[in-house]
Amino acid sequence: MTGISWSGTIAQLTELALAIVVAPLLTGWVNQCRAWLQNKRGPGLLRQYLVLRKLFAKDAVIADRASPLFRATPYVLFGCMCMAAAIVPTLGTELPYAPVADAIALVGILALARVALALAAMDIGTAFGTLGARREMMVGFLAEPALLMVLFAASLLSHTSSLATTVETLSQRELAIYPSLAFAGVAFTMVSLAENARIPIDNPATHLELTMIHEAMILEYSGRHLALIEWAASLKLFVYSCIGIALFFPFGIAHGGDIVGLLLALPALLAKLAIGGVVLALIEILSAKMRIFRAPEFLGTAFMLAVLALLIHALLES
Amino acid sequence: MSAAPLHLALSIAALWLLLGALGIVAPHNVRWVARVLFPLGAVVGLALAGVALVAVAQPPEAIVLPLGLPDLPFHFRLDALSAFFLALLGIVAAGVSTFAAGYIRPGAGTPPGLQCLWYHLFLACMTLVLLADDAYAFMVVWETMAVSSFFLVTSEHRNPEIRHAGYLYLLIAHIGALAILLCFGVLQGGTGDYTFAAMRSAPLSPFWATVAFLLALAGFGAKAGIVPLHVWLPEAHPAAPSPVSALLSAVMLKTAIYGLLRVTFDLLDTQVWWWGVLALAIGLVTALFGAVFSAVQSDMKRLLAYSSIENIGFVVVGFGLTVTFAAYGMAALAALALTATLYHSLNHACFKSLLFLATGSVLHATKERGLGKLGGLIHRMPWVAWLALVGAIAIAGLPPLNGFVSEWLLLQAFLFTPGLPDTYLNMLIPVAAAAIALAAALSGYVMVKFYGVIFLGQPREEKLAEAHDAGLWERVGLVWLAAACVLLGILPVQVIRIIDFVTGPLVGQTLSEATAASHWLFLAPINPERASYSPMLLLAGIAVVTLIVWCVVRRLYHGRVRRAPAWDCGYPLLNPRMQDTAEGFGQPVRQIFEPFFRMERELPTPFDTAPRYRVKVEDHIWHWLYGPIARIVDRLTATVALLQRGRISVYLMYSFGTLLLLLFLAR
Repeated sequence: MTGISWSGTIAQLTELALAIVVAPLLTGWVNQCRAWLQNKRGPGLLRQYLVLRKLFAKDAVIADRASPLFRATPYVLFGCMCMAAAIVPTLGTELPYAPVADAIALVGILALARVALALAAMDIGTAFGTLGARREMMVGFLAEPALLMVLFAASLLSHTSSLATTVETLSQRELAIYPSLAFAGVAFTMVSLAENARIPIDNPATHLELTMIHEAMILEYSGRHLALIEWAASLKLFVYSCIGIALFFPFGIAHGGDIVGLLLALPALLAKLAIGGVVLALIEILSAKMRIFRAPEFLGTAFMLAVLALLIHALLES
Repeated sequence: MSAAPLHLALSIAALWLLLGALGIVAPHNVRWVARVLFPLGAVVGLALAGVALVAVAQPPEAIVLPLGLPDLPFHFRLDALSAFFLALLGIVAAGVSTFAAGYIRPGAGTPPGLQCLWYHLFLACMTLVLLADDAYAFMVVWETMAVSSFFLVTSEHRNPEIRHAGYLYLLIAHIGALAILLCFGVLQGGTGDYTFAAMRSAPLSPFWATVAFLLALAGFGAKAGIVPLHVWLPEAHPAAPSPVSALLSAVMLKTAIYGLLRVTFDLLDTQVWWWGVLALAIGLVTALFGAVFSAVQSDMKRLLAYSSIENIGFVVVGFGLTVTFAAYGMAALAALALTATLYHSLNHACFKSLLFLATGSVLHATKERGLGKLGGLIHRMPWVAWLALVGAIAIAGLPPLNGFVSEWLLLQAFLFTPGLPDTYLNMLIPVAAAAIALAAALSGYVMVKFYGVIFLGQPREEKLAEAHDAGLWERVGLVWLAAACVLLGILPVQVIRIIDFVTGPLVGQTLSEATAASHWLFLAPINPERASYSPMLLLAGIAVVTLIVWCVVRRLYHGRVRRAPAWDCGYPLLNPRMQDTAEGFGQPVRQIFEPFFRMERELPTPFDTAPRYRVKVEDHIWHWLYGPIARIVDRLTATVALLQRGRISVYLMYSFGTLLLLLFLAR
């Protein structure tokens, strides 16, 4: 972990910059696919960037009761998501920053971001803010252990909890199907839907008061603060997609830090992300939003599947 | 020789006793007690921490003091394990005493001078518990500790609820003490020598070793608050004044953990694998139970008390893993689990005392303990609010603060468990890891509730507008503990170097030995390829990115901010009652974990003109365990009471009968 090479640093910075730049595109792609599947024309792929530019240029209107916590949260949130993006292997597995945080710490960073946003939502003291915070924390405490168990399943297979090393091990094995990874994959999909405020847990496209979770928390934000939160949400979707790709479809990822390898890995990553976006849009189109009290059942199932993955690993694969 | 750490530690205990005694010189003089004696006590605490940190690296030393009964002198010994817990005691006591200097004020209950006596007696006894080296000395100071803390808990003794809480506390403390006494009785192995040195060498058959372990688990478990012996904890912690709650939760519970470690790894020479599994199971139940119950509390100190139960659960889980690994001879993993156990004990001591003290400041500023009547205090009490945020993030187990480090170590211990010789055990471990992850995630929920309802939002009562921030003494105490949380969080490698002195003698290996190549910035318990974590760089990363983003946004765009009334989807008639109450925030947990609770609910009908909503949440254990036991005891005592006739002739007859019987037996 000492002796950081130049190529590694460049790879690290490239991947981080790529995540920050591409994340809104992924969100735009999912929205576009969903619109197409609904027989609509759609807002266009680049809409998300235009929204961000508009929001950055606007004045920030802040409630007169807001504390400094409220104003600091968007920046902290964005910082946390960047750190998460920095340790998830996207193009290559040589990431000098990866030893800083392993899979467990990744879950911790995501939890820190969630808690920060929930606290900010409670700061103004509106009915919707606290409602959103409560629901978000409920989803969080059910989804977080499930995510951790999914990552554990992958870690047990590769005998390491470092995400980059895990991905390297998983991508180098021969094409064999591990039953534990299959269960973990289903669980991970369910957790990702919940964590990214997607149907069936939450609906990103509505401000309908009875159903919203994520939107309820950020109602009071505007201007540059809202822009940062939207960007962080896009980054979160990107990070989750990349974790999924890296754990379950790691083929084509670069093993070194050389530029050529990274350039070769880029089209593979973009293709996989595009397919992932279509799948996400399909899931959202094909399922209905659940009542909020069905969410624990849904996430409980994900949790059980993840634990089952660990048990299957202990039974069959060790 | 005069500066030997053991002598210094004993002198520190004596100094605390002296300070306590000075308190009753002028029991009603608040300035004397609070502004002179308590700060001195804090300095003594700091000295203890310093002495302990020196002693932890030194070989054990022992001393015999001619105290107590004529032919039963007190033995004291200072080794690495004692020193570690002494350091914990010293660090927390320094912060809590400083805080208490600003907190103590004349009230209706025990006068300040007397509180000062009990407080310092309590501190001195905890010091001596950690130093005692024979069963006799241990029991004497252990019981004095229980009694002095009983008087502290019942400081507001004019309130019948508090007297009741104190009674319950004393009762369970004595049941626990009885088990510990029996445990020592077994440990001496028929030699009749009650020094710990004799117990270490006493040969015990596996059966008696098991009996001793189970007695220790029950006895120390009662003090630590493991389920089902936890019932006193949520009653006694809220009843006590906040500095005392802080000490009870932060340090006294840890003396029980110390006792468990001392008996299991020092006094007993072998461990059996299923002891660890038993402790692991109990710890898991305790952690989940505490987490679920703390989520539904609406009294801030009760919430913290349940959260203490949860954290003790984590510690006991770590202890259980250590025992199992040690029994299978896997020294490296045992060292990892033991390090997690000790680290979490230290962490919990820091963040829980910080939060209890913060609730004390809130209590003094608002005279309110119920979460439903607080809110918005971040504007009125910024110092307390921001320092409590540090504690809340730490206790929620979020990086980069200290709670996360010990949870991370514990999860690593679980992750690298496969390889135990028992297949069933290997399958049990993932389930246990899942339960731990769930409890840890729940603690995040609890802390958002705790912090959000007290410090954020709008004030729920008019009078909160007059709340004042903590005074200087209180701030210093809070800052000290918050700094400890941050430092323990970002310097794990350095802390573990200290913990290594403890794990070495107990399980035969240290964590740093296992990772000889570890870098000072990176925590890598097994080896760097398998897992590593660097809180310092993580914090730096988040800070740098946040700062860059802030600067870039400021530079490229404008910094304009307009203040306006809250939007709330355009609803104009917003009032503080529309925020979630504590009950409202706990509702999802009440619904999801419904079988855990015994609930009574009164819901208003739609036509009520004065609607009332009431919900009472209790745990089943009262009705399943303690209720029946109380009824049996009642019935037995009623039977015994038949002997009591109230006539002197009958009592004379009893004496006569006893005499006859004794003469017959001694014939």
